[in-house]
Amino acid sequence: MKVTVLVRPKHGILDPQGEAVQGSLRKLGFAVGGARVGRLVDLEVEAASAQEARDQAERMCQELLANPLIESFEIEVDGA
Amino acid sequence: MSGRPRIAVLVFPGSNDDRDAAWSLGALGADAELVWHAETELPQGTGAVVLPGGFSYGDYLRCGAIARFAPVLDAVREFAADGGPVLGICNGFQILCEAGLLPGVLRRNRELEFICRDVRLRVERTDTPFTLRCEQGQELTIPVKHGEGSWYADEELYDELEAGGQVVLRYAEDCNGSVGDVAGVCNAERNVFGLMPHPEHAVDPLLGSGDGALLLAALVDAARGRSLATA
Repeated sequence: MKVTVLVRPKHGILDPQGEAVQGSLRKLGFAVGGARVGRLVDLEVEAASAQEARDQAERMCQELLANPLIESFEIEVDGA
Repeated sequence: MSGRPRIAVLVFPGSNDDRDAAWSLGALGADAELVWHAETELPQGTGAVVLPGGFSYGDYLRCGAIARFAPVLDAVREFAADGGPVLGICNGFQILCEAGLLPGVLRRNRELEFICRDVRLRVERTDTPFTLRCEQGQELTIPVKHGEGSWYADEELYDELEAGGQVVLRYAEDCNGSVGDVAGVCNAERNVFGLMPHPEHAVDPLLGSGDGALLLAALVDAARGRSLATA
């Protein structure tokens, strides 16, 4: 089952990478008021149901894919 | 009984300061032994453990995030839980944070650039095995070289660490955007310590500063004490 995990810098946490990207985009002439840079992880998960795949991805995020001190995450299950 | 305590210096794929650490500890009177990450036990008689700098596992995902699954880390956890002194330098600090052995996390430097220079540090606590040879408020000059050394903790955690005296070293000058200018923290039990600066690169005035020797020599003392206690 295809699962996509989006990891973002938590709200309120300074994201210097996002700021640099925003600055560069503005230099290119784009009217960008803010940019935050996160990470996307595409997974192929063996699971009997969409719910099971989601539960597994949730645990993966808590144990490895995100650091809860600084990052939040969102999980999308294909077709669910 | 040998006067040279044994200190295990861990080697991960991508570690690159392991030999400098081992050389420095050797020069300061320890018997430093390189220990590969796949080992499941520390050498017999290990009196202290050092996690050196570098780019373990290519810094994939987040710095230190993968190294915490190395087999040798279970042995380090056990050693630390038993009160053994554990020092994490730079990438070693990142690993200890990701492993939950130290509080906080290291993030990308505020200005995004890789910082490689001598920095001035202030010793905030001398009641740890790592800073026993320093004086309260003493300034040390030790080099940093990192792209992801900006230490972060939220307000609640930071206040807790302050109250518990776990902030051991601070930058005495602007460096990388760390919360509270924190350069090094220890755990509540005070036997695990991590710092971004590299004491192993500052053990001889010929190299610009000998201040790092104060920290590493204290670690050698602690390792000797532990070897005697567990012999």
